[in-house]
Amino acid sequence: MSDDRTNILEMRSITKTFPGVKALQNVTVDVRRGEVHAICGENGAGKSTLMKVLSGVYPFGTYEGDIVFEDEVVQFRDIRDSEAKGIVIIHQELALSPYLSIAENIFLNNELKGPLGLIDWNKTNHEAAALLARVGLKENPTTKVRDIGVGKQQLVEIAKALSKRVKLLILDEPTAALNDEDSDHLLNLILHLKEQGITSIIISHKLNEIKKVSDSVTVIRDGKTIETISKTDVTEERIIKDMVGRDLEHRYPDHTPHIGEEILRVEEWTAHHPQDPTRVMVDDVNITVRAGEIVGIAGLMGAGRTEFAMSLFGRSYGSKISGRVFVKGKEVKTRTVAEAIENGLAYATEDRKTYGLNLIDDIKRNISMASLEKLERFGLVDDGKEFQVANSYRTSMNIKAPSVLAKTGKLSGGNQQKVVLSKWIYSDPDVLILDEPTRGIDVGAKYEIYSIINKLAAEGKGIIVISSELPELLGICDRVYALSEGRITGELPIEEATPEALLKLMTMEKPR
Amino acid sequence: MSDLETKPSDATAAGAQVNPVENKFTERLSHILGDLGKNGIFIALVLVVVLFSILTNGILLRPQNISNLIVQNGYILVLAIGMVMVIIAGHIDLSVGSVAAFVGAVSGVFAVQWGLPWWLSIILSLLVGALVGVWQGFWIAFVGIPAFIVTLAGMLIFRGLALVVLGNANIGSFPTEYRALGNGFLTDLFGSFELDPLTLGIAAIAIIALFVSQFRTRRARQSYGQEVEPFAWFVAKLVLVAVAVALFAYALATYKGIPVTLIVLAVLVLIYGTVMNRSTFGRHVYAIGGNLHAAELSGIKTRNVTFWLFVNMGVLAALAGLIFTARLNLAGPKAGDGFELEAISAAFIGGAAVQGGVGTIGGAIIGGLIIGVLNNGMSIMGIGIEWQQAVKGLVLLLAVAFDVYNKRRSGGR
Repeated sequence: MSDDRTNILEMRSITKTFPGVKALQNVTVDVRRGEVHAICGENGAGKSTLMKVLSGVYPFGTYEGDIVFEDEVVQFRDIRDSEAKGIVIIHQELALSPYLSIAENIFLNNELKGPLGLIDWNKTNHEAAALLARVGLKENPTTKVRDIGVGKQQLVEIAKALSKRVKLLILDEPTAALNDEDSDHLLNLILHLKEQGITSIIISHKLNEIKKVSDSVTVIRDGKTIETISKTDVTEERIIKDMVGRDLEHRYPDHTPHIGEEILRVEEWTAHHPQDPTRVMVDDVNITVRAGEIVGIAGLMGAGRTEFAMSLFGRSYGSKISGRVFVKGKEVKTRTVAEAIENGLAYATEDRKTYGLNLIDDIKRNISMASLEKLERFGLVDDGKEFQVANSYRTSMNIKAPSVLAKTGKLSGGNQQKVVLSKWIYSDPDVLILDEPTRGIDVGAKYEIYSIINKLAAEGKGIIVISSELPELLGICDRVYALSEGRITGELPIEEATPEALLKLMTMEKPR
Repeated sequence: MSDLETKPSDATAAGAQVNPVENKFTERLSHILGDLGKNGIFIALVLVVVLFSILTNGILLRPQNISNLIVQNGYILVLAIGMVMVIIAGHIDLSVGSVAAFVGAVSGVFAVQWGLPWWLSIILSLLVGALVGVWQGFWIAFVGIPAFIVTLAGMLIFRGLALVVLGNANIGSFPTEYRALGNGFLTDLFGSFELDPLTLGIAAIAIIALFVSQFRTRRARQSYGQEVEPFAWFVAKLVLVAVAVALFAYALATYKGIPVTLIVLAVLVLIYGTVMNRSTFGRHVYAIGGNLHAAELSGIKTRNVTFWLFVNMGVLAALAGLIFTARLNLAGPKAGDGFELEAISAAFIGGAAVQGGVGTIGGAIIGGLIIGVLNNGMSIMGIGIEWQQAVKGLVLLLAVAFDVYNKRRSGGR
């Protein structure tokens, strides 16, 4: 049945444009029937966009080029169209409903019905159990999804895909949130499914994984296909060279640190999960930041990076928080966000759209949001001054918008991030905590953001950068802390920080 | 200062290079069209007025009727001011009608049964309204119960309490000064004339103040390099508004002069307009409605803001209750019935967004006036209450549908 020669999928010169950004340019990918095909590239290279084109999230007509699936040109209007053909995508953010059972989730919108059109629960649970056995998940199908871990949820997603008679399974960064054991299980499952004739596309930038499971690798950079490498020719060096492409030296602006006095010290910082106070999310963290210093916090997803930053910033996260904060040598309280800001802290969130910006309001009002009291005159906000302030940031930060009266919802990711940074720079903090400052931003804008960070450090501010991209931390920081399971597992000056050394610290587990 | 100097503040960001002459023309045109879109609600009001003055053979625009329009809708407009603020913050208040009835009843106890001075009765009644707001604000802001539930409960609680206070009877015969709140005129204080000079004088002052403030704002914006609308269009709009105000004032002057309710309203619109546009508190309300998380992480004390919004709503609901009671000279059990729905409709017709973050005091007032004109016009035409209800419902639906359509077309996310 499975003929190695034929392609199950051909994406021919796909081009996808967003206002102001060409996300994909003539991308061509061929996937052979029955193989595991890896697509890799840096964040923002266009991997996810490509998969959204393939699965119909961006419907036919919004992109150029052809998709040929099983020798037929397909034109999907939505995800349901592509699923009907047997293409199922499992996104980075899992799309399960937490309060429904595993079985209910598997057959969501695909319910098994009895003669009266009512759901046949026996059949549902029975078939769910069979599917769970296929993916190697030992859980009762009636268990609620929120009661199982992320790794198991991933397996439920795959079981759900199998229930749809999947022919082409797409996994977007499937192991990003998983521990090693769960990752191994998942990768083995992908190989197991391959034996059953299911073709997979796996999007990842973990090179060891790619080497382990994939038969061929397509590298995408800046929205373009670089090359497709077959298994025998795959080396990490070659993939890295393809992914990075340009001269590594010039991805980060030059930075000569002028490091001064200690500006922030956090001692014995501990925070628990907000709903489940028995779970320790941030465990006895001690860090220091000096004026003019850029300090990185490296950690895998779930290590507690954002949890640490947000619990520090006015207890925006967590419960039962304890520890001490010193700014410029003086102990300060940060019990509310207002108090934290007052004491010289600023936190730019990793999720601009949900936590950072008022998308329906203009640039001007977003920039002034955290510092309105500076604009007050006779108890009223001085409109003119606000406009001037916003305009000066538009110029100095190079925010590309027709005017500061433009709504932030219409800006590109990079420009939105510049608005968020402007807001916090205007609040004039001593220490800026930047959580994934370049997530979802194209390469050019990244460089600008790095330059802004450098400039702030040069002005004597302390900067904490939280990032899941190691090259970024290594490129801009003066010192890096590694975080694992909520604990600081090590601290390396930039000269000693190598990806290997950091990864070792980042994966260091608690002694049990 | 000529309009020729006004340019978009950043030509490069605007995009393509266009022939400058053509560019200026299309730019001006697009400005006017954009403005019409923004003022669509105002145009809708004008259309409704024109429609009903034709349908009622001009009765709608008779001086007495214009005066009535204001007085009859005063309490809805007062409620609409508080309601739009609550809606901008992303909440709702279903209790205002019941609160108005409750406070009306309480004021009857103060002013009639206890015989307290009229001014003390009014102050105490407003305080009761504030306490009601404290009660509801506490549950919403600090306990975190959705406003819909808290105020639904409030709707029942305060209707019940109103009946308890009234004890199965009406309270009537309020002091004259108290009644002036609902049906008094400023001329009553100064004697009456054929054509009330006070009304004309106040209108003249208002028009001058409008011109001065608008020109100053424009001047200030230009000095900051902010883009302003074409000069001719700017003046045309001002003149239009001035003419409308003058005609309105003339109509009032030929009847009894300025109703006290209108003065109260004007003061409220001025104060709350400034609060929402220019004060830190107002900005915080918009920020909370636009994105609660972002507001919280910007150091805005979201709970406090929400709490005070409901205290404010309580006070305004109390004021509406006083105006209504004063107008009827009677505190009765049916007072305030359905007020909440009219106030909510006014806010939404006036352009507030269901998700919060969007809306203006001015819009809510105009929305309230549209409802008022519909009520009044249809009553004059002798249309039954059943059809009036249906038509009002339809207008609300269409207004919001139009808003949603507009947003989708402009590509808002």
